[in-house]
Amino acid sequence: MNMREAGLFALVALLIVGTGVVQGWNSALLILNMGLVSALMSLGVNLQWGFAGLFNVGIMGFVALGGLAVVIVSMPPVTEAWAAGGARALAGLALGAVTVVAAILAWRRMAKGRMRALAVAGLLVAGLLAYRAVMAPAVGAIEGVDPAVSGYLGGLGLPVLLAWPAGGLLAAGAAWIIGKTALGLRADYLAIATLGISEIVIAILKNEDWLTRGVKNVVGLPRPVPNEIDLQQDADFVARAADLGIDPVTASTLYIKAGYGLLFAAVLIVVLVLAQLALRSPWGRMMRAIRDNETAAAAMGKNITARHLQVFVLGSAVCGLAGAMMTTLDGQLTPSTYQPLRYTFLIWVMVIVGGSGNNFGAVLGGMLIWFLWVQVEPMGQWLLGIVTAPMPDGSWLKAHLLDGAAQMRLLTMGLVLLLVLRFSPRGLLPER
Amino acid sequence: MIDALNALVVLANFVIVPAVAYGAQLALGALGVTLIFAILRFTNIAHGDTMAFGAMITIFTTWGLQGAGISLGPLPTALLALPVGIAGTALLLLGTDRLIYRFYRAKKVAPVMLLIVSVGVMFVMNGLVRFIIGVDDQRFADGERFIISARTFRDLTGLDEGLAIRTTQGITVVTAVIVVAALFWFLDRTRTGKSMRAYSDNEDLALLSGINPERVVTITWILVAALATIAGVLYGLDKSFKPFTYFQLLLPVFAAAIVGGLGNPVGAIVGGFVIAFSEVGVTYAFKRVLEYLLPEALEPDGLVQLLGTDYKFAVSFAILVVVLIFRPTGLYRSTAA
Repeated sequence: MNMREAGLFALVALLIVGTGVVQGWNSALLILNMGLVSALMSLGVNLQWGFAGLFNVGIMGFVALGGLAVVIVSMPPVTEAWAAGGARALAGLALGAVTVVAAILAWRRMAKGRMRALAVAGLLVAGLLAYRAVMAPAVGAIEGVDPAVSGYLGGLGLPVLLAWPAGGLLAAGAAWIIGKTALGLRADYLAIATLGISEIVIAILKNEDWLTRGVKNVVGLPRPVPNEIDLQQDADFVARAADLGIDPVTASTLYIKAGYGLLFAAVLIVVLVLAQLALRSPWGRMMRAIRDNETAAAAMGKNITARHLQVFVLGSAVCGLAGAMMTTLDGQLTPSTYQPLRYTFLIWVMVIVGGSGNNFGAVLGGMLIWFLWVQVEPMGQWLLGIVTAPMPDGSWLKAHLLDGAAQMRLLTMGLVLLLVLRFSPRGLLPER
Repeated sequence: MIDALNALVVLANFVIVPAVAYGAQLALGALGVTLIFAILRFTNIAHGDTMAFGAMITIFTTWGLQGAGISLGPLPTALLALPVGIAGTALLLLGTDRLIYRFYRAKKVAPVMLLIVSVGVMFVMNGLVRFIIGVDDQRFADGERFIISARTFRDLTGLDEGLAIRTTQGITVVTAVIVVAALFWFLDRTRTGKSMRAYSDNEDLALLSGINPERVVTITWILVAALATIAGVLYGLDKSFKPFTYFQLLLPVFAAAIVGGLGNPVGAIVGGFVIAFSEVGVTYAFKRVLEYLLPEALEPDGLVQLLGTDYKFAVSFAILVVVLIFRPTGLYRSTAA
């Protein structure tokens, strides 16, 4: 780590500590925790873009799949729903999978021609109709079970920490399927394809109520840390808080947030070390060779498509892991909050600003841009407050400008990205 | 026979008419994307927000005109405001080019770099639009609501089913036809249009024959501003204006451009209609059509809907993937090949 890296990381630390002093330590820890998650997402994207030059704008989809994994792994199963339609739903899913496999097999085995196209199309349509015929009653039965509180299958009831690797695995599986179809396309085609997939993932989360409760959200996800209320009733904890001169409520919230922070930091450090080892290894050099000149790398006997698939799956898995961590931190899965600007393009700003191809840069970008994303709104409000101060109260323009402060963050993120691209195109911490 | 006619009317009312209007809007959007790709050689992620910006300027002008008591009678006032919207958007795009894109063009960076730059532009434009007009729904359609309403149609024909054609749908199609005709005339017949095609086909040869690249780029941005604004306004008139939906239009618009073959204007139009008809057709419940066509015994119990309406993205996407796998250059030859 050189002076520049140390200085920039010190700056981020200073910004967060400053937030703690000015706005309170709860705000600071909130920024820190989501900053750590953002750093992890940005590490994942850096694997794909910085190492291998793959342009993935479907990050939101992988992050959301990570969130789905938390529900599937950690929520207690809803036994009535399983009894009502669980087996049938599983049969429906199996039927869907069989259809797809059969279509792929037909495509591979049959002779090229019109017959094959017709057979595959027929298989797919018949499979879709059969799937819906099996699935619809199951879905109706499951969603009918006490819809106000459950109306879905629930999960496996396993410890929530297991959901994090599961989120990575789920995202990796999805990435493998996507990569099989979309990799090998030109960069801009891959971009549009991944954008489309992420929208589909969100559409599924929003509409398949039997799986995710859809827009009714799954709330009250299990936590890897204790509850605030429990801590406040714990005599030991209250006594220790009193020793430090903090009231028990504040102390408990700080304790919980710090707990999340430590967990996240541990995961981030592990992934960062692995990414750093990968970058320095022959594998990392091969990746960068492929990125810089595919033809030359292919001529050296490297299998471009397989390597691309590999790194695409790895990077997406990291994004899924981060998504699972984020949903755990939120304590709920709210499919309608997934927006591409926030969960795809903002991560891209982090990677580019931090320095693509540099793992430390990705982490720095994640933390720094997340800080900006959170703090630009109050800063904008403050700025517009000064600008509008001379205007008469109740004037239309004043009210409008103050309302608009919330939108300042998009504008700022765009400007930051454009400025970095123009004046420091390799990012704050350039690749070495 | 009457049953068949009724079935046809239901189909026209719920599938054909909406899909034609939507297809025309997508086609105009895709034409903008395809022009940028052909001349400036990059995929512009900010296109959806360009459409929103153009629509926003037009909405403000419309409100101004409405306030001044000026209207077009049965037609929406927004048509009168269109030129202002186009001019405003053209200024924005030319300013963006001057400040941002020109620098990278001079350095001849890779297309994917320009794509990333356009992500930054998208953020700024999106922020601008939300900052100026807010995030809420805005309705600005006025004038006559229907060319023919369902009731008039029923009275006129004596059929059980009605066919409603909204004014905005009619205007969309008429405007789109005029715009596309004018664009093709411009590209095929005028000197400037020919120089643009030459530049698109082979940049070096075009430069050697004395074509001024900066002029070609300027004209491209102006055309893109016009196409994006018109597409944005027509979409807003037909549905409603909301910044976020315009961002989401990006996917079907790109799907249309790619399905047709990026860089090919004819392809963009065909692609627009392919996407629109599939989206509407796959998510429409055909129960009522089939009720008229099939004998009572065979009538379907379900809605006969292949996919829920929320999965319309999936349709654009599925078509996109199928085309990319089986015909990577699109239905028509793409300049990308």
